Amino acid sequence: MGGFLSFVKKETLHIVRDPRTMLIALLMPVVQILLFGFAISTEVNNVNVAVVAPRPGETIRQIVMRIGASSYLTFKGFIPASDIDRTLRAGDADAVVVFADDYDRRTADPASKPDGKPAVQLIMDASNTNTAAAGAGYLRQLLTNPEAFKAAPETRLLFNPQMKSAYNFVPGIMGLIFILICAILTSVSIVREKETGTMEVLLVSPVRPLRIILAKMIPYFTLSCLNLASILLLARYVLDVPMSGSVAGIVGMSLLYLALALALGLFISTIADTQVTALIISAILMLIPLIMLSGMVFPIENMPGILQAVSCIIPARWYIDAIRKLMIEGLPFADVLDDFFILAAMTAALIGVALKKFNDKLE
Amino acid sequence: MLRVLLEKEFLQFLRNPFLPRMALIFPVMVMLVFPWVTTMDVRHIGVAVVDNDRTETSRRLISKIGASDYYTLQEVTDDFAGALDALESCAADVVLEIPDGFEEGLSSDNPKKASISANGVNATKGSLGTQYLQQTLMATLVELQAERGAAPAPETIVVQNRYNPTLEYRNYMIPALMIMLLITLGGFLPALNLVNEKETGTIEQINVTPVSRLSFTLAKLVLYWIIGFVVLTLALLLAWIVYGLVPVGAAGAIYLASMLFVLVMSGFGVIVANYSSTILQAIFVMFFFVMIFILMSGLLTPIASMPSWAQCITYFLPPRYFIEIMRAVYLKGATLRDLWYDYAALALFAAVFNTAAALTYKKQL
Amino acid sequence: MESEPIIRVRELSKRFGDFTAVDRITFDVARGEIFGFLGANGAGKTTAMRMLCGLSYPTSGSGTVAGFDIAREGELIKRHIGYMSQRFSLYDDLTVMENIRLYGGIYGLSRREILRRTAALLERLDFRAERHTRVGRLPLGWKQKLAFSVATLHRPEVVFLDEPTGGVDPVTRRQFWELIYEAAAEGTTLFVTTHYMDEAEYCSRVSIMVDGQIRALGAPAELKRHYGARTMDEVFRMLAREAKRTE
Repeated sequence: MGGFLSFVKKETLHIVRDPRTMLIALLMPVVQILLFGFAISTEVNNVNVAVVAPRPGETIRQIVMRIGASSYLTFKGFIPASDIDRTLRAGDADAVVVFADDYDRRTADPASKPDGKPAVQLIMDASNTNTAAAGAGYLRQLLTNPEAFKAAPETRLLFNPQMKSAYNFVPGIMGLIFILICAILTSVSIVREKETGTMEVLLVSPVRPLRIILAKMIPYFTLSCLNLASILLLARYVLDVPMSGSVAGIVGMSLLYLALALALGLFISTIADTQVTALIISAILMLIPLIMLSGMVFPIENMPGILQAVSCIIPARWYIDAIRKLMIEGLPFADVLDDFFILAAMTAALIGVALKKFNDKLE
Repeated sequence: MLRVLLEKEFLQFLRNPFLPRMALIFPVMVMLVFPWVTTMDVRHIGVAVVDNDRTETSRRLISKIGASDYYTLQEVTDDFAGALDALESCAADVVLEIPDGFEEGLSSDNPKKASISANGVNATKGSLGTQYLQQTLMATLVELQAERGAAPAPETIVVQNRYNPTLEYRNYMIPALMIMLLITLGGFLPALNLVNEKETGTIEQINVTPVSRLSFTLAKLVLYWIIGFVVLTLALLLAWIVYGLVPVGAAGAIYLASMLFVLVMSGFGVIVANYSSTILQAIFVMFFFVMIFILMSGLLTPIASMPSWAQCITYFLPPRYFIEIMRAVYLKGATLRDLWYDYAALALFAAVFNTAAALTYKKQL
Repeated sequence: MESEPIIRVRELSKRFGDFTAVDRITFDVARGEIFGFLGANGAGKTTAMRMLCGLSYPTSGSGTVAGFDIAREGELIKRHIGYMSQRFSLYDDLTVMENIRLYGGIYGLSRREILRRTAALLERLDFRAERHTRVGRLPLGWKQKLAFSVATLHRPEVVFLDEPTGGVDPVTRRQFWELIYEAAAEGTTLFVTTHYMDEAEYCSRVSIMVDGQIRALGAPAELKRHYGARTMDEVFRMLAREAKRTE
């Protein structure tokens, strides 16, 4: 056991002696969670609207005022009809509202239908599909007869009443940051020893290989726990995420996830021979699938069946799902047991495969 | 002298057992798989309707919801609490409550309002579901009023979705994926390469030679510039062959922007490497910025929805300009003249970063 | 003295914070000498050498190498010197030929000249069969010989060798020193740091650094006489005992 502890000490010294790396590892999640928690939102706001009105009358002026007053829309000015395409192409506006020449007269007398031409045309820049769809919706509501507008439904979101995107993104960012940081740290630290040849020195020592690996994990696990603590505190007290469920459940789930991430790093270290390769796998190759398939930004239930199946092997998917339930919906731990067991099984599998490969190499 | 350095960089790259294969396979995988992921277009939203009105209006609304592909009508009850339970247990995504006297109130000055409650945990589904339902409700009301001759007929408002008439979300995402590829490969690879030379000590041997820091940095930049070119070409070809998506604007405009952008990213990678003494430090710093680049420059979520301080930050993120160019050229056929501002910004970043990259590379301590 | 010394150092110091790694050292090296730069680990040898090669700026004092000022003309010095560090630093993933071509090209040798010198070099090292082998697969002794040959490929006036024979077997060390003698015979000046005191005996002159200062300077025979010792090893032990600084 003494040998084991001295290994733990050695690994801890590696980390502490490189204060820059340690500082980055500790501060990065904090900065990211704050930045992303406050900044990112999937909601569509401030759709830029330009207006084409050959003869702007009183009604049109009122509509323009309403566009200017809406938080969803931003009025960018009147443009001539010949400039529509240029304005949209250059990105100066997301939508152009084109009023017919006789718009005022038509709205004054709704019964009159002089020709088949529409009274208003909404030309949307559909290259950004979300903005186009939402913007058209907002404009349509705004343009519809105010009589009908009065009956617009009240909306509210359960669990996330202000529609704060932090609620949505905090679990996602946690799922992303933990796995990447842990996998990078572990895989690089092990592969570096392979590269510099110190691994062989360790392996000829009387300490068993399994213990050496475990000793490497402990300091990184501790470091990750500090990250976890800082993120949870920030989420609760700075981002006002409710944490209505059991904090113990959240912590337990996260600890399992950290263990999984370390195991993943270990696994990567058995297939990579150089630090560069290890990093390309743990940082570059994992980043895009994690963002796309974890359900962090794109809802999994919208994906085609095959991709839903693929997303099942992304650990972050299960973790994010569980954390959303625990942190925001406040469900009891019993409701995330399936996520828990899947993550536990993944961890066990990764450790098993990694150790087998590790031992194979020794022989 | 540059020639031998280039030869060295290319030989090293090609001889690496892993890198060349990754530079080819990774873009192919990303382009084949991820465009399918990205449907923001939410369908089959589970709706529970609490109908306390039971009039023609409410029945019309319910039948509309039932008929639409966007919704799956879960239940129609008069028990609001029960419906909320369904929402909480995720059996329904959205609850629409139609109050008693809804129809009657429509013609009065103070109408009774319907309410929509959504599960906000899955923000995408919740907010889109609310939005859709709101629109359906309004459209139905307008339709009913038009039938009674009270309001302008709905066809007086015509929506034209220019550049992407079917609102195909994939068309929006494909340029975004190309950008992600160039951000990750263009930034990480040069940083890793350079700091690896530091760690193995080969750079010290170079430092005692008359090689200028400019040509040493340049040799690396050229390699990653060419890799960026290959990756982009591959991605463009796949977008065309697999998804039938070709740039509406000039391919030259896309290449120009991409080549500037790769230069920006590799220059940035070299700066990071110059300030790092170990691979781990370099990768963490790169990783930090790459996450910000991907999540904050308008790639996946709109910049316009960010708070104003965050919007200010985005002006300092080079991908912001590249994303604008890629989307405008790819889908809208914008030209260099439309986007001169974004090109100028990218060129400025490229110049600043690469000058800094050459200057911060210190041969002497 | 028939000519200007090729290396001339006056009161040269390097401090890192409070720590004085090199403390006012002064010495000259004449053309064609094999100058042994001795000292225990941490005595400041490598730091001093890095200043001479233009890899590090001096804190105070002055020096010239091949007539160029070490503080201001580092890049010019680099055209006239060769350097081999204690860490093997050729590219492992390039072949013997490719490494030679790279460094030849860096020093601006023409393609024909590189080929000619490469052929001669491979002949001398008896490396012909290995010319297309990746350097990473060569045994350490071979690598060191190759590194030395690459460092002298452009016929520099001075070659700096930082513990070139660390970890190499005695036979290869012997061969390595033959290469050094050959280079010296052709008029190259060699500046060598080493731990091996038997190697010190091969040098024309040696200096011994203790705690950042030069404590002894002269031909090995002179030094042995002055300290009344039979071998350089004894001389070194006598001086190193005074060291206060440990690693």
